[in-house]
Amino acid sequence: MKRFAEKTRRDFLKGCAIGALMAGAAPLAFAEDKVLPPGVNTKSKVVIARDPSLYAASATPDSARVLKLLDQAMQNFAESPDPVTPWKKIVRAGEVVGLKVNTIAGPGLSTHPVLVEAICERLQQAGVKPGNIVVWDRTNHELERAGYMLSDDPNRVRFIGTDAKGVGYDENVLTYGVARTRLSNLLTRTCDCMINLPILKNHEGAGVTLALKNMYGVNNNPDTLHHNNCCPGVADLNMLAPIRNKFRFVIADAMTGCFEGGPGYRPQYAWKYNGIMVASDPVAIDHTAWQIIERKRAERGLKTLADAGTPPKYIAVAADAQHRLGTNDPSRISLVEV
Amino acid sequence: MMTRFHRTTMRFMLMAALCLTSGCRKHTPPSANLFPTSSEVAGWSREPEIRTFAPARLSDYIDGDAEKYLRAGVKSASTADYQYKDKTQVVVDVYTMNSSEGAKSIFDSEPAMDAQTPTLGDASRLYSQSLIFRKGPFLVRMVAYQESPQLLQAMLELGHAIETKLPG
Repeated sequence: MKRFAEKTRRDFLKGCAIGALMAGAAPLAFAEDKVLPPGVNTKSKVVIARDPSLYAASATPDSARVLKLLDQAMQNFAESPDPVTPWKKIVRAGEVVGLKVNTIAGPGLSTHPVLVEAICERLQQAGVKPGNIVVWDRTNHELERAGYMLSDDPNRVRFIGTDAKGVGYDENVLTYGVARTRLSNLLTRTCDCMINLPILKNHEGAGVTLALKNMYGVNNNPDTLHHNNCCPGVADLNMLAPIRNKFRFVIADAMTGCFEGGPGYRPQYAWKYNGIMVASDPVAIDHTAWQIIERKRAERGLKTLADAGTPPKYIAVAADAQHRLGTNDPSRISLVEV
Repeated sequence: MMTRFHRTTMRFMLMAALCLTSGCRKHTPPSANLFPTSSEVAGWSREPEIRTFAPARLSDYIDGDAEKYLRAGVKSASTADYQYKDKTQVVVDVYTMNSSEGAKSIFDSEPAMDAQTPTLGDASRLYSQSLIFRKGPFLVRMVAYQESPQLLQAMLELGHAIETKLPG
């Protein structure tokens, strides 16, 4: 098997610039923001949009309200008067766009299909063909359990797991730090870019799982990266070129959150946060999620994650000088709640 | 030219060979006997598939949660999907640990919050959408994805049915 040498950050930025020139493509505002060293020119913006009536009396969120909430979050992030422009800053019309959902916890605590539906609607309005949208996760089984109907029809939005016939993991073994792994062909070969759609969750090992930890659903051996509170496993995994280069944006499903007992679904530890969180900086949004979970734990009389032995220390490592995947410095995070 | 008799005989032999080399030769895993079938508990129906995970593959099922179970000495985890009255989806997991201490350590690690504690197994907790109990080296977890007025009682009935199937 071939092993890729990891690029340096400078090589990566140079590669992006050359690639954009060769393609004659317009720069993508959010995609550029995320590769700037944290806090150099601007703060990392995290927007949280919430609607207390999202679920009304139903067990599932109302689709019209979800679309409205998504628009609120995205328009606020992009400071756009219309709901379609923000998407044009994330993706280009001809690209194959991967939506990496999180479905390991089943229907109670997975990325809601209704949110994915809303995202697909806006992506298509921004010029992305339905067949160029790929909704994916580790397995077909988990996708189906979470309420997604599998489809590999090239004329429709595709829903597919890495374990589907003919997909699998890339033969190339990539390494960075403690991560020595193979990534899903859906990321390395099928998709040109990725929008990360995680869930607001506690994680019994990592403390918090949101954007960065959702990438454990991309590689073939996540079990090897769980020791020491998943640190530096999470940060190192996110340094692998296909993840780092193809990541564009985070839209976190925070409609239902979990403050204890994650990443599985434990209804007694779940709560309706009624929110959607968006950011182009995965570290900043993870840091923000951590604070939300800590507040909820305090409200319910539970120990802090550090006192419980599960500090999400990978967040600081992801922001350190070696990784520079974003910022965890609160003074450099612009948190907007709408 | 093959006669009808020959064709039938060959079909039979082919089916027998397939049967021997695939599913029919497999033993039913012991954990399958721990999950009541559709006819056993009123209102409950079970999907036929029971998935069983060895320690080395447990993270495929429960991701990072597996670490805790591995530390506590898990031998296997089995899971089956149920439905209550064709509308409430419920997942039942049975973790088989090396010892009762292992099951107890997992049970005790989870905050009780506002649980009820019905008489079930060695210890139990009942919530509006879930039930967890331990008995000897077994830890049983039941999670419902919807709420319903009869669910508490129904989960208890299924829980008791599982309890009677646990050895020891």
